[in-house]
Amino acid sequence: MNHNVADKAKSLRLNAPLPLDSGRELAPVEIAYETYGELNADKSNAILICHALTGDQYVASTHPVTGKPGWWERMVGPGKPIDTDRFHIICANVIGSCMGSTGPASDGESGAPYAMQFPVITIRDMVRALDVMLGQMGIERLYCVVGGSMGGMQALSLAANFPERVARVLAIATTARHSAQNIAFHEVGRQAIMADPNWQAGDYYNGDTPDSGLAVARMAAHITYLSEEGLTEKFGRRLQDRDAKSFGFDADFQVESYLRYQGSGFTQRFDANSYLYITRAMDYFDLAEEHGGKLGNAFAQSSARFCVVSFDSDWLYPTSESRHIVHALNAAALPVSFVELSAPFGHDSFLLDVPALDRVVEGFLSA
Amino acid sequence: MSETLRPDLSIIAREVPAGARVLDIGCGDGALMAALSDNKGVDARGLELNASQVERCVARGLSVVQGDADSDLAEYPNKAFDYAVLSQTLQTSARPDQMLEQLLRVGQQAFVSFPNFAHWRTRAALMFGGKMPVTRTLPVSWFETPNIHHVTIVDFRELVAAQGARIERSWYFAGDQQIGASGANWRAELALFQLSR
Repeated sequence: MNHNVADKAKSLRLNAPLPLDSGRELAPVEIAYETYGELNADKSNAILICHALTGDQYVASTHPVTGKPGWWERMVGPGKPIDTDRFHIICANVIGSCMGSTGPASDGESGAPYAMQFPVITIRDMVRALDVMLGQMGIERLYCVVGGSMGGMQALSLAANFPERVARVLAIATTARHSAQNIAFHEVGRQAIMADPNWQAGDYYNGDTPDSGLAVARMAAHITYLSEEGLTEKFGRRLQDRDAKSFGFDADFQVESYLRYQGSGFTQRFDANSYLYITRAMDYFDLAEEHGGKLGNAFAQSSARFCVVSFDSDWLYPTSESRHIVHALNAAALPVSFVELSAPFGHDSFLLDVPALDRVVEGFLSA
Repeated sequence: MSETLRPDLSIIAREVPAGARVLDIGCGDGALMAALSDNKGVDARGLELNASQVERCVARGLSVVQGDADSDLAEYPNKAFDYAVLSQTLQTSARPDQMLEQLLRVGQQAFVSFPNFAHWRTRAALMFGGKMPVTRTLPVSWFETPNIHHVTIVDFRELVAAQGARIERSWYFAGDQQIGASGANWRAELALFQLSR
């Protein structure tokens, strides 16, 4: 673990109320972030990494709650593909989240947590906040914005809505719009949270938290991050710590035990209301819709170079969605690279050991 | 990047003017694109079917999209490029005629090279061996070759004429040597054409 490259617990308050797509405003807005590597004198080596739904700013440093290594330490660090010896890496917690940036668990005007009084936010709202943050940091133009999954949505949205802000865009395992299937899975998760009696219409901050609902939401979502092949290889139909089926409803199968563990672990580090708000933001995401229904229009003002990467086993944001993005970038005559990498891990491939991804990331950033 | 280019590619690298916009279709490992962008400041883009080749291209900093030229060329806007390059790929296309139309739609001009099926060695293999030729430029047996539309220099000239396109220039090769145009349909293993409409 590279404690030495991380500056702990940084936070920045946006200097104006943040206008939102809903028409509402959010104020004050606190953005918690981490940085790695030195910013050079002319501030031209900054890379913004955008995190995924349940990610956070601890991209390459120990998570303060779980004590686990950063979520992308295999990619970010000294001598790694996103090289902290060369680049100044910024990773900020999105608004709506729960790791220090303003979200539903933050105190609202009444002094009590916002809970469901927190405004519904969009991916563009998250990016608007990041744009203001970068301005306050004095970083005019990013060397690159990088993101996987929801992070990729933010990267695309930043390039589309703040074209001056970014010279390169690396969008991995992502989409320009949420499909009906994507929305459907999220709705299962949200309904599981809301069905938990502890949810209390969101006002649970002084009592028991809706852990069962949040755990079920995580379990359902987690399945979508893996591939059938990966699940079969990892668990098959193997039984958990027993020789025979119990003829009951314990976690007989290893895959059940694994999902339960994933679900309960998640509740230790994530706020259920944040999960509602962020999944909603993802479901509302349709970059073409924001730009007159034509995705090519979204990038009309951009002068960035793009690299789009998909994985053959990712059925959450399949290659066809990436091709859709590439098609639009071609129509806008922008320089774009696209590759579908072969990896067995499903959507989560972008976080796991895929050496080809390392080579692509390193190559794209070096050019 | 100094690597030895194939003879058809080195002609293209020589002929494309500095600063041009080029789409290299079936760009392989990106050797031509790298030469063009490194030496001439050309804005080079590539399209390549093979994922590991694309990965190699991106890793060397080139803008290459993984895709199938037969279907994906249609996504590019009209005249988006000064030159569209199709080197030794025409014969692998599902519809070479449509491919040629697309080339001259996305590019102001096109460079097209292909192994000439009427080369004497190919003719001899058929005539005397009675077998589908396996030669230096067509090294794979008939049952596994990606070359599904063999073409001769005469065939190609006819297709270009039928499409109302113009042959601006042509180059012919035997071995790695450039040869003259006379008797090219017998003598050339490889032909390169510069086309316009």
